[in-house]
Amino acid sequence: MINYNKKNFLLDVFKKASICRHFENEVFKRVSGKEINFPVYLSAGQEYAPATIAQIAQQKKIKPLIFGQHRGHSIFLSFGGNIIKLIKELKGKKDGCTYGMGGSLSIHSTQINMYGHDGFMGSNACIGTGACFSSNKPTVIFIGDAALEEDYVLASLSWVSKKKLPILFVVDDNNYAVLTKKEERRDWNAKELAKAFKIEAHDIKDEPKNILQSINKNLFKKPMLVNIHTNRIFWHAGAGKDQEKVFDRYLQQKKQLGSKAETIDVQTKKKIRLLWAKN
Amino acid sequence: MGKELRETIKEITYKHLKKNKSQVFGQNLTGVGWVAGTLPKLYEKDGVIELPMADVAGGGIVTGSALMGRKPIYIIRYQGYNWFNCIFIVNYACKSNAIWKIPCPMIIRGIASEGSIGPVAGSAHLSVIYKMPGIKIFSPMTNKEYINVYKKFTKSKDVFYISEHRQSYSNTKEFKNEIKGKKDLILMPISVTRFEAEKAKNILEKRGLKVGIIHLVNLKPFTLEKRWITAIKKSKSGVLMTDNDYNDGILRTLAHQIIEKTNKNVSVLGLDDRTAGHHKKVDNLPPDQFQIIKKAISIIKRSK
Repeated sequence: MINYNKKNFLLDVFKKASICRHFENEVFKRVSGKEINFPVYLSAGQEYAPATIAQIAQQKKIKPLIFGQHRGHSIFLSFGGNIIKLIKELKGKKDGCTYGMGGSLSIHSTQINMYGHDGFMGSNACIGTGACFSSNKPTVIFIGDAALEEDYVLASLSWVSKKKLPILFVVDDNNYAVLTKKEERRDWNAKELAKAFKIEAHDIKDEPKNILQSINKNLFKKPMLVNIHTNRIFWHAGAGKDQEKVFDRYLQQKKQLGSKAETIDVQTKKKIRLLWAKN
Repeated sequence: MGKELRETIKEITYKHLKKNKSQVFGQNLTGVGWVAGTLPKLYEKDGVIELPMADVAGGGIVTGSALMGRKPIYIIRYQGYNWFNCIFIVNYACKSNAIWKIPCPMIIRGIASEGSIGPVAGSAHLSVIYKMPGIKIFSPMTNKEYINVYKKFTKSKDVFYISEHRQSYSNTKEFKNEIKGKKDLILMPISVTRFEAEKAKNILEKRGLKVGIIHLVNLKPFTLEKRWITAIKKSKSGVLMTDNDYNDGILRTLAHQIIEKTNKNVSVLGLDDRTAGHHKKVDNLPPDQFQIIKKAISIIKRSK
């Protein structure tokens, strides 16, 4: 269990989230300006799930296998992926994190045990399950609420439960499959589903405190699924907004944490701007 | 009596599990004949893993195992299931080294069979995966061929698809290419049609025709040996290729490569372009010796 110091923990998570947010804002500008011309999946608004989980893993001194999918910049950055290499990747450079092959969708980092994604939503659930089974290493699998509907994801959950694998499934639930809302797609929720498979499950908002309280006790001790409600700020892909007013966890936390967070925000913004300009 | 191929596969699998601490994945492995006697009687503690009956996820789970460097063997009991089982293998494992510089080596044992088992379970279904980069495909039908393929795998970081056929499991013989001299026609059979092509060749030669044979084992990458090219160029009527997959698949892909290298006529004889039914009256079977003979004679007559 983490010796939980609320203020420090929240600030540490905020630092990670701040890197993610300002990184994505910089990408947004470059997509808008057509400097980046391939499909880019921005994670702004959804950074609190990976940032919090990465902080918890860090404090527990666990370096899990990480399987993300298309909206993965924040996963990469939260777990300590090399930001310069990610910038270079998005610029299509050979010394990018995925040698200029990965674009936005298929990024990876051997340094942080993050494995790339092939483009099939939810394939990382099966592949991460197999990797965990054969290595017995703690594993985090990030999927979206839409990927959870893939039949092979359901089959993976079933097998993970049967084999009692040390996997945390994180469902980044932004309510959208591209632009189709959850209510139009299904009548069940992630928590009920996981419980049917006898997997410990939580359905929570993306508040770091909530995430910590939900997963802290049994993280990597048994299979677990946490459905985290988030708000996507930008379009599914590219530079645009679904709606002008969405709840923004990052701004809420900044306000709540006060001057220290303000300072982190300003400094991080400046630092990331510079990194983008230099690389 | 020589050793049957099934024994060789079983021995290779046993060594692979014990020596490399690897894993074998598949459905319905531990029972019902132990995959036609090709699998040692081992269980999960030994590395023989029963997958859930979720075909698409199964291929992904094996890909994850391969990603961890376990060099697993994945058994697909009917090649028609390639449609489900190979999605993540051809789209992730086969591309992993090219995109992420992380090899994902594994062996897929895809088993073909024929005879009243319908449109999915029957015949070979290699063509669906053939076009994908990063996969190597072999079709060994003899002990030596299988051992050679496995040896290559031990030195490789690639995904190997071994296209097996149930009929070959009892085989004890080796095949030999025969291309000496100027031939009327050269047969280039694949998989189970190699057995029938050998019979057809013998009958055609008894009728006074000069028929050569080149057994195809290495399907992808497909390379034509220089002496094969020379023999084909010298032949009167070119090549007849046979297979237990549809004509409009790898047969025509390979035929095109041969034509490009030799500028000779290359005909193909695989499955008819129709869906198989279950009763023998409506089945769709690979060419037998008589069909091969008929086709060979018509090609030779046509080119005179």
